Amino acid sequence: MADSTPFVDFDRVSLAYDDSGNAIEDISLSIREGEFVAFVGPSGCGKSTFMKLCTGLHAPTAGSVQVDGAAVGGPLKNCGMAFQSANLLPWRTTLDNVLLPLEIVKPYRSQFRKRRAEFVGWARDLLRTVGLEGYEDQYPWQLSGGMQQRASICRALIHRPRLLMLDEPFGALDAFTREELWCVLRDLWEAQRFTVVLVTHDLREAAFLADTVYVMSRRPGRIIERREIDLPRPRELAVTYEKPFIDLVQQLRNLIGDIRSA
Amino acid sequence: MNKNDKLRERLAPWVAVLALVAIWEVSVRLLQVPEFIFPSASATAQALVTFAGPIGMHSWQTLWTTLAGFALGVAVGLALGFVIGSSRFLYHACYPLLVGFNAIPKVAFVPILVVWFGIGSVPAILTAFLICFFPIVVNVATGLATLEPEMEDVLRVLGARRIDVLLKVGLPRSLPYFFASLKIAITLAFVGTVVSETVASNQGIGYLMMSAGSQMRMALVFAGLIVISAMAMVMYELFALLEKRMTGWAHRGQR
Repeated sequence: MADSTPFVDFDRVSLAYDDSGNAIEDISLSIREGEFVAFVGPSGCGKSTFMKLCTGLHAPTAGSVQVDGAAVGGPLKNCGMAFQSANLLPWRTTLDNVLLPLEIVKPYRSQFRKRRAEFVGWARDLLRTVGLEGYEDQYPWQLSGGMQQRASICRALIHRPRLLMLDEPFGALDAFTREELWCVLRDLWEAQRFTVVLVTHDLREAAFLADTVYVMSRRPGRIIERREIDLPRPRELAVTYEKPFIDLVQQLRNLIGDIRSA
Repeated sequence: MNKNDKLRERLAPWVAVLALVAIWEVSVRLLQVPEFIFPSASATAQALVTFAGPIGMHSWQTLWTTLAGFALGVAVGLALGFVIGSSRFLYHACYPLLVGFNAIPKVAFVPILVVWFGIGSVPAILTAFLICFFPIVVNVATGLATLEPEMEDVLRVLGARRIDVLLKVGLPRSLPYFFASLKIAITLAFVGTVVSETVASNQGIGYLMMSAGSQMRMALVFAGLIVISAMAMVMYELFALLEKRMTGWAHRGQR
């Protein structure tokens, strides 16, 4: 894992959906392999647009995006993704929902029938680590919102992607469940060290989980601040009640406040 | 809900039918309506028994032509719905055409079909088909076209091709729409067949009713009506049952 070669590299990237101007503008940044980055900013600042560019779902109108040393020309082929709504398929059990990526991603898709038992083992292991043991055969609508979101994260990780994109994954959950899931995500990341791009409104969430926090301006979205979070790892929830953490969140909050009033 | 309530709920539709028959019988007798205008329930039942043979033969004709037209409708409706629903461009291109086509009264097609295929089963089958494929197309296309964009994104960044998205998500997702449309389509198919039979056939319940009516044998006409509605009801229930079995996950709130 050489720090010198970035895993994700944005070089002066802009994107305009239509003639109404750029959604995001002149973004240059690089993300190391295994780095956990978070994007925060006022709503409508193009955080989700950043994700679409990074995964190749949208092509930039200017600049270039590289992932793993290759220019992104179309949708990536092996990326994990989770959204605010869990988007599980109601006709599949939790286990089958988690297995879905293995039916699609190469090389697993061609081996799916033959290695099914092994894949089911992976899914069960993963579900156990997020606390969903015993719910494998339940349907998503029989699970609570927090449990659905856990399953959604399992689905995003089952194929062992090197890049995980999270778009406000905990936004619709209550505060306690949210903090529980922070820890679930932290543990998964500590164990597997995939690269994470987390888009969020929640500054505490960003500061608690990420190595690097990017603050974006209002539309057209630019990066106005890059902040490395040097709190020691592994971080416990208790950290979030201590002074350095609170100061950090307050600074970020002030930045966002300035943007909003500007 | 306790057992008694459940039993009452199950018996209720039968009680309603009996009540309707009773009202029918009593009012016809009290008002002394002549049989060639409005036959009583008992006269209709009598006709059902007396003409059981011919009614059975004509019902069979109506049933199989309806089912043939319905099968055609399902095949074409599914295929067309799949194609239209899987492409935004085609959806927008074809939708107005379909709506326009659906607005034409299907009975207007019967004379054309008679010119092309002559009198008999073929116009009946085709009329049933024409009238019943539309709801299937619309439902399947809608089911496919209203796919959540987030779900599509999740799959696309896994390297999914368009066909993967359709087979893994779009098709299962549109199944409840599809099965719901089958219930509507089968009853419409009966309408199509009978309409065609009344104008352009010498077989089927529609023909039977037409010719009995011209001889003022109204009891037989009503017997025909009852047979059609019974057949349509049985088929409807059959597809409702199928719908429940196949797509239980979509009806979870009703358990």
